[in-house]
Amino acid sequence: MKRIFLKLLVVISIALSANILAAIDTYEFADEQTRQRFYQLNDELRCPKCQNQALGDSNSPIAMDLRREVYRLLNEGKSDQQIKDYLVARYGEYILYRPELSSHTLMLWLTPLILLLIGLAVVLLMIKRRKTQTAAPTLDVAEQQRLDTLIQQDVREKSEPKPTSNKNGELK
Amino acid sequence: MKRWYLFVPLAIFVALVILFSKGLTLNPTAMPSALIDQPLPEFSLPSLASEKRLLSRNDLIGEDSLVNVWGTWCPSCQHEHPYLMKLATQVPIIGINYKDNRADALQWLQKLGNPYAVNVFDKTGTLGIDLGVFGAPETYVIDQQGMVHYKHVGVVNEGVWQQRLKPVVDRLRGEK
Repeated sequence: MKRIFLKLLVVISIALSANILAAIDTYEFADEQTRQRFYQLNDELRCPKCQNQALGDSNSPIAMDLRREVYRLLNEGKSDQQIKDYLVARYGEYILYRPELSSHTLMLWLTPLILLLIGLAVVLLMIKRRKTQTAAPTLDVAEQQRLDTLIQQDVREKSEPKPTSNKNGELK
Repeated sequence: MKRWYLFVPLAIFVALVILFSKGLTLNPTAMPSALIDQPLPEFSLPSLASEKRLLSRNDLIGEDSLVNVWGTWCPSCQHEHPYLMKLATQVPIIGINYKDNRADALQWLQKLGNPYAVNVFDKTGTLGIDLGVFGAPETYVIDQQGMVHYKHVGVVNEGVWQQRLKPVVDRLRGEK
């Protein structure tokens, strides 16, 4: 029984590893810098077929084709921007995870900034309001006198034993 | 009512509910084609029928027609094929056999019928990339000058033809 299980395990792991091997395409790069750029581009470009997967993440045939295309363009000496423009011309801005700043992406870029500014404004307003509320209130002479007598009364009442509490210490 | 601002969160909540419920009805896979109102890209590829016959952009244009990207590996293409056979009597259909095997494709056409005026054999998918294809079937409407006017991703059936493609074709024909 144990042996069968072990055999099964081996078969499954071989099947899985074949799958993984299929997902890796091998490219050779002229230098380390080009390799880094290739991976950077694969991270920043979006697979057009699969929702929310980067080119480098995706196993779909179109992603493989586009990786090959990126590789080809890199070898032709194209700049990152040229490669992005090339793909945008074919697949639209959808392909960029970081869309260019233009009139129809303006909201996308500015909304976080606007929200941050609103947040800052609210915080500043709250700080300002708290300051005016906690500032020492000014009393005129009559009010000050009344306050003093109230305080004195209070002090006197507290220093005298309370005649109204009963034996159990409960207040009436 | 001085405390109107207490209703600000409620107002924001209602606005977000409206926004998100609209978002739920949108199709997240819909991707506007970058090729709309652009000319069909230049290419040089063999025809499906004969390896020796090279086709280019000029061989495809001249009529208001549909460009259909297909492959024998694609189940939806099989699904839409009978309808393309019907449609071929109304509008010329240009085929782009995308990332396919020539023998399989020829056999498919022989068995199921050939709705295509001409078929480009795009083995490696280079024309596909220039067209912005990301999955078959895809169908484009092009005019006589080879300008792309519409792109439909997915199966073409009676509904799609009547509601989406035919109005574009009719408009192009009316402009003549």
